[in-house]
Amino acid sequence: MAIDASFVGRSYPATEPYLVGREKIREFATAIGVTSPVCHDPVAAQALGYADVVAPPTFAVVVTMKAGNTVTFDPDLGLDYSRVVHGEQSFRYTRPIVAGDELAVSVTVESIRSVAGNDILGLRADVTDASGDPILSARSVVVARGRAGS
Amino acid sequence: MTAAMADPAAGGADGRVPRFDDVSVGTMLPEQTFQLRRVDLVRYAGASGDFNPIHWNPRFATEVGLPDVIAHGMLTMAEAARVVTDWVVDPGAVLEYGVRFTRPVVVPDDDLGASLVVSGEITELTADARTAVVSLTATANGQTVLARARAVVRLR
Repeated sequence: MAIDASFVGRSYPATEPYLVGREKIREFATAIGVTSPVCHDPVAAQALGYADVVAPPTFAVVVTMKAGNTVTFDPDLGLDYSRVVHGEQSFRYTRPIVAGDELAVSVTVESIRSVAGNDILGLRADVTDASGDPILSARSVVVARGRAGS
Repeated sequence: MTAAMADPAAGGADGRVPRFDDVSVGTMLPEQTFQLRRVDLVRYAGASGDFNPIHWNPRFATEVGLPDVIAHGMLTMAEAARVVTDWVVDPGAVLEYGVRFTRPVVVPDDDLGASLVVSGEITELTADARTAVVSLTATANGQTVLARARAVVRLR
C-alpha cells in the first residue's frame, strides 16, 4: 500500500504531559554509558545552576518517539512499520531537559516522499514545558524500505 | 599556563566546561570506542521505550531482510554524543545535535558485540556566541555508520 502524501502539513494535538523523573534520567544515562555526575547527582547539577539532574542530549527521544508513533502507526497513513528504519535525527535545544520537567509534544508531518520504492517520512516534534515554553525541536526522518518486486 | 590549557583536547578533564579561547578549528576531541552488545541493546530498549524487534529478535530481523539484529540508531547517536558530552562536561551545553544514519550497526550474539569508534573535530567557531561546531565520525567494523553528524556546543 502506498503512503498517503496528503498527510504533509498535518499536526497532531499535544500529548498528555510526561513528568521527567530523576531515576528515568539516571536509567537512560546508564543505558548509554554516561557517568557524568551532572546526569546522576542533583548536587553536581545544582552546582552548574540546574534545578535537578540534566538529561543527556538524546533523552528527548523517550517522548518524541512515542508521539511520532501516533503518526507512523496511523493505519490511514499506510506506512509499513515492519520495514521502517531510522534515516535521520536532529535536536535543537532552547534549554536542556531536567528532572521535574513536564513535557508535552506536538508532532507535525513535514514531508512525505517516495524514492525508488522506499517511503520517506519527515516529522517534527516540538517539546514544551508545563508553562508552554519551548524546550526543544526534534526532527526525524524514517524510511520504510520497499519490498523487492512490489 | 595550566595543563588543561596546554592541551585543549583534554577539555573538561578538570571537571569544567572547556574555554572558547583554548580551542581552535581543527582541535580534535579524544576518540572513544564503544562496545555494543546484545545486552546493551536490551537495556537501551527498556530505557528508551523502543522495543522494535529488529533490535533484539534475530528471527524477526532476518525475516524483514536485515543480516541480523541491529543497534537502535538512537543508541549509536547517543554513544557518539558521549565524545562531545564527556569533553564539554555539561550536557546542557549541547545546543544542537544531528546525524544521518547511513548503515545499520549489526550486533552479533557474542561477548564483544559491535565496536563503534567515534572521533570529533572542531570545524567551526562563532566568537559572539562562544559556540563551537563539533563534526563527528563514527565507524563500526571499519564502515561509516553516521553522516553529517554534528553538534553545536556552548563553551565557557
